[in-house]
Amino acid sequence: MSSNILSFCYLIASIFFIMALRGLSSPKTSLAGNSYGKAGMLVAIGATLASPLVLTYNWIISGLVIGGAIGILIAKRIQMTALPQLVAGFHSLVGLAAVFVALAALASPESFGIGVPGRIHLSSLIEMSLGVVIGAITFSGSVVAFLKLQGLISGKPVRFPFLHLFNALLFVLIVVITVIFAMHESHQLFLIIIMLSFILGVTLIVPIGGADMPVIVSMLNSYSGWAAVGIGFTLENNLLIITGSLVGSSGAILSYIMCKGMNRSLLNVIFGGFGTTATPISSTGVSTEGRTPAKTGSAIDAAYLLSNSKSVIIVPGYGMAVAQAQHALREMVDMLVQKGIKVRYAIHPVAGRMPGHMNVLLAEANVPYESVFELEDINSDFSDTDVAFVIGANDVTNPVAKSDPDSPIYGMPILDVAKARMTVFVKRSLSPGYAGIDNDLFYRESTMMLFGDAKKVCEEIVKSSD
Amino acid sequence: MSVDSFFQNIREITQDFLHVSSVDLMSGPAQDLAITEMETLSPFMIGLTVFALACFVGYYVVWRVTPALHSPLMAVTNAISSVIIVGALIACGGDVAFSSRVFGFIAVTLASINIFGGFAVTDRMLKMFRQ
Repeated sequence: MSSNILSFCYLIASIFFIMALRGLSSPKTSLAGNSYGKAGMLVAIGATLASPLVLTYNWIISGLVIGGAIGILIAKRIQMTALPQLVAGFHSLVGLAAVFVALAALASPESFGIGVPGRIHLSSLIEMSLGVVIGAITFSGSVVAFLKLQGLISGKPVRFPFLHLFNALLFVLIVVITVIFAMHESHQLFLIIIMLSFILGVTLIVPIGGADMPVIVSMLNSYSGWAAVGIGFTLENNLLIITGSLVGSSGAILSYIMCKGMNRSLLNVIFGGFGTTATPISSTGVSTEGRTPAKTGSAIDAAYLLSNSKSVIIVPGYGMAVAQAQHALREMVDMLVQKGIKVRYAIHPVAGRMPGHMNVLLAEANVPYESVFELEDINSDFSDTDVAFVIGANDVTNPVAKSDPDSPIYGMPILDVAKARMTVFVKRSLSPGYAGIDNDLFYRESTMMLFGDAKKVCEEIVKSSD
Repeated sequence: MSVDSFFQNIREITQDFLHVSSVDLMSGPAQDLAITEMETLSPFMIGLTVFALACFVGYYVVWRVTPALHSPLMAVTNAISSVIIVGALIACGGDVAFSSRVFGFIAVTLASINIFGGFAVTDRMLKMFRQ
């Protein structure tokens, strides 16, 4: 197979990958899109294997079989609530794969047509370093994100004095060593670059709190794409450059959407101290500032309230995912729908721990796609709604985002649940959300607090209605 | 390292990117130079062109993705970014040093986890959306 035919196959694969993303514009075309993605990968791998660049197959087949088996096993077993950590884990693998490809290219440059050992083209050395730095940061950063999301290390922001200064110095050091490496092609220096980048990945992600994870997961998604671009430049391979760019811009757009959903800049997420400055109030159920205490209700009260309403909007949040309450919630909604009540779902852009997290959980519970709405499409409807049923969400409903310029969440778009005639909050306690600020809505006359595990509360409401 | 040798290195890097030799830079009138450069279009410039255009395609395609499918989007981009496996395949099965073969093997395995796992989990998610 000539290199022209190989390039042509790579072009076909690139087009298939674009079609794969295009398919996601609607749920109807999305499965076909995913098939395009698989076809693109098949063409890319098949063409490479058929090219004269690959001579022996034993190692490759074992790698494909081992990796494929592990991948499919994980994908079949994973619970949908654990998706964010799965995605973070997968990102780390792309990063590490990029590092190993770069190491292989450094050891055997002639196989990749970028020079001979000791005399690799300077441009290739620089591109290689760039790819390996991004890949290594993606790897270690994603590992930290995975550990936080899985709860293996604390999701709280971890801060050290001078951490940002340390990161800045580390970055400068990496740049300097890269320049020296590009001049001398020293393998030891290359390993040092990788090690330093691993450290940088950790120190960049460690200070970021669990609730900012939607941004971080998107950002690491973006990085994994740029790592592929770096390797693509090194190997002069347009397929890697195109695919990496698609992934890189996708992650960047998601990060932007997530940041906008919190009215924060990306720099603020990376360097800001969200949730560390405000003093959280006690979670005893009594307000600390002599306000009227929050009105608590039972499942029976909630069942009565819901059954006697005409329209309900459900606002799910991370708490629903933690309690795995999506199925119980859907059963509760089914019961309401049977009574002729109009029920819809309102999704805030940053609800959950990754973009679109709530949508997937609701889809898993067979909630029809048509009854799930994005913030801007449903926010004006709260004023015509009898009950806003907030389950496991808090900050995304907090009116201080509109009223108090000093609040850490000021300017964040919120769901106007307060405009509904009644608001029901299903929460474990009165404790504040990740922003560490109290929610005034809890203490209002038209609010009913339902304390308890989200799943149990939904089940009790269904029972109470019979 | 002296300052001179540093700048010499910088010059080499620049020339290497543009694939122009020092001789090209010094010889003949400007027209000749232009022709020489046309003949030796650097792979970096081709890559840069492809890169810039692909970013635009990515930008427009991704903005059209419905927000409800942002999770599957992350899963599928994760799977396709593992196309980095083509580099790993050459390292693993090519005429390479033993160390490269081992590095390639590791990269093939890691990327395969991602490819198979990524597409499978995307399928699982998307089937939930199909009502």
